[in-house]
Amino acid sequence: MRALPVGDRALLVEVSTDEEAQALHADLLRRRAEGSLSVREIVPAARTVLLDGLDDPAGLAARLTTSKPPPAPARAQEVVEIPVHYDGPDLAAVADHWDVSPQEVARIHAAAEFRVAFCGFAPGFGYLTGLPARYGVPRHATPRTTVPAGSVGLAGPYTGVYPRSSPGGWQLIGTTDAVLWDHARVPAALLSPGTPVRFVPVES
Amino acid sequence: MTDRALAVVRAGALTTVQDQGRPGHAHLGVPRSGSLDAPAAALVNRLVGNPPEAALLETTLNGCDVRPRSTVTVAVGGAPCPVTVDGRPAAWGAPVRVPAGSLLSVGTAVSGVRSYVGVSGGVAVEPVLGSRSTDLLSGLGPPPLTDGMVLPLGTPMAPHARVDVVPQPRPPAELVLRVTLGPRDDWFTTAAIHTLTTHTYQVSSASNRIGLRTEGPALERARPGELPSEGMVLGAIQVPPDGRPVVFLADHPTTGGYPVIAVVRPTDLPATAQAVPGTPVRFVQVGTRTR
Repeated sequence: MRALPVGDRALLVEVSTDEEAQALHADLLRRRAEGSLSVREIVPAARTVLLDGLDDPAGLAARLTTSKPPPAPARAQEVVEIPVHYDGPDLAAVADHWDVSPQEVARIHAAAEFRVAFCGFAPGFGYLTGLPARYGVPRHATPRTTVPAGSVGLAGPYTGVYPRSSPGGWQLIGTTDAVLWDHARVPAALLSPGTPVRFVPVES
Repeated sequence: MTDRALAVVRAGALTTVQDQGRPGHAHLGVPRSGSLDAPAAALVNRLVGNPPEAALLETTLNGCDVRPRSTVTVAVGGAPCPVTVDGRPAAWGAPVRVPAGSLLSVGTAVSGVRSYVGVSGGVAVEPVLGSRSTDLLSGLGPPPLTDGMVLPLGTPMAPHARVDVVPQPRPPAELVLRVTLGPRDDWFTTAAIHTLTTHTYQVSSASNRIGLRTEGPALERARPGELPSEGMVLGAIQVPPDGRPVVFLADHPTTGGYPVIAVVRPTDLPATAQAVPGTPVRFVQVGTRTR
């Protein structure tokens, strides 16, 4: 683990794996909850956690890099179930990529236990990990100009659900009626970093 | 008419509602947003007797025209511009009384880019995640102003400031941005670091509330490949594949995959809001990190 200064008020803590990033993130949230860490933003990502709005980044960097965070708790939160019609326009292409039938794509995807590794791209867009590494797929070389809200897509090791219509390059395998983002709802985001997720197939 | 509202007669090139933004939600992919020239916004709020968190209007280059439905006090600051009420010249940078139904015209900036229009009571659109700011990246908050739109106003809390005119910084003839290297300066050659901190760049016309784009010598990478997406801070200088540094401003994405070579001091960022395209930009290295 290493902690890189970001300006005068932030630290970027870098680790080697997704699992370490999730453990570090959980540990930092715990420290903030118990009052031993004062920070405005804790932003997890693929291999890093950004801490923004710190009074003493150098002091915290010294403390963080001398201890290893415990593994993230396995099921601290309730699992969010997202109903999916596996009817996406890229389902056949993903099936070819995986060398299985389209029905089997749905079965494999719905059997996986996902977790929100981090959010970004748009409010409420989570990058979900949980598929075995061999099921990674490339992004489209040319992104679609419009991907409808509720589209369930794959890119690299991640699964994501588009909270609203936007351009996007992910391989679309299905659609959901789940509302990923509603700013009038509390909380606005259905998914936040660390949330466990399962996709539940529904018949079209 | 006595209802507290503001009718938009001429929206201008890009006028948005802004306040102090919505920090604290970056982990959900929500940008901070908020007034780009925060000191100018704070000043006009103070002039009209509003608390610092009141929402106001941020214009871009050519101002806007609005008609309050009740008598209000307004103040215009930030980029200097002509101000009129029903065609009669009024003060810039001072409290101005605008009678109900009169036309407040905020003209084209004489210098700088963004003027701030504070209105007594503040713009009272529905807050989203605790802020009324328009976020142009994610679309949160009210849409940019359009002709004919009507904006609700809040109730004034305090009398306006008793001043004739207050000094405000001039829009910069040259931007001098103090930077601390990192976190990804090791992705660049030593020559690139030298280029960034010694050459003069120019503000690009592609700049917006998301980032201050620059034109100038490309910064050479020391290593190829992609960085896994990581969290981004306000003032981060991201270097996309074309090698021209981009300074992240209020509506910046919360994560990004291009390496950040350095970070601009927060106190130097308000001036970027007022830098017209072509303004020279110098990045001056401060702090102890050296290579």
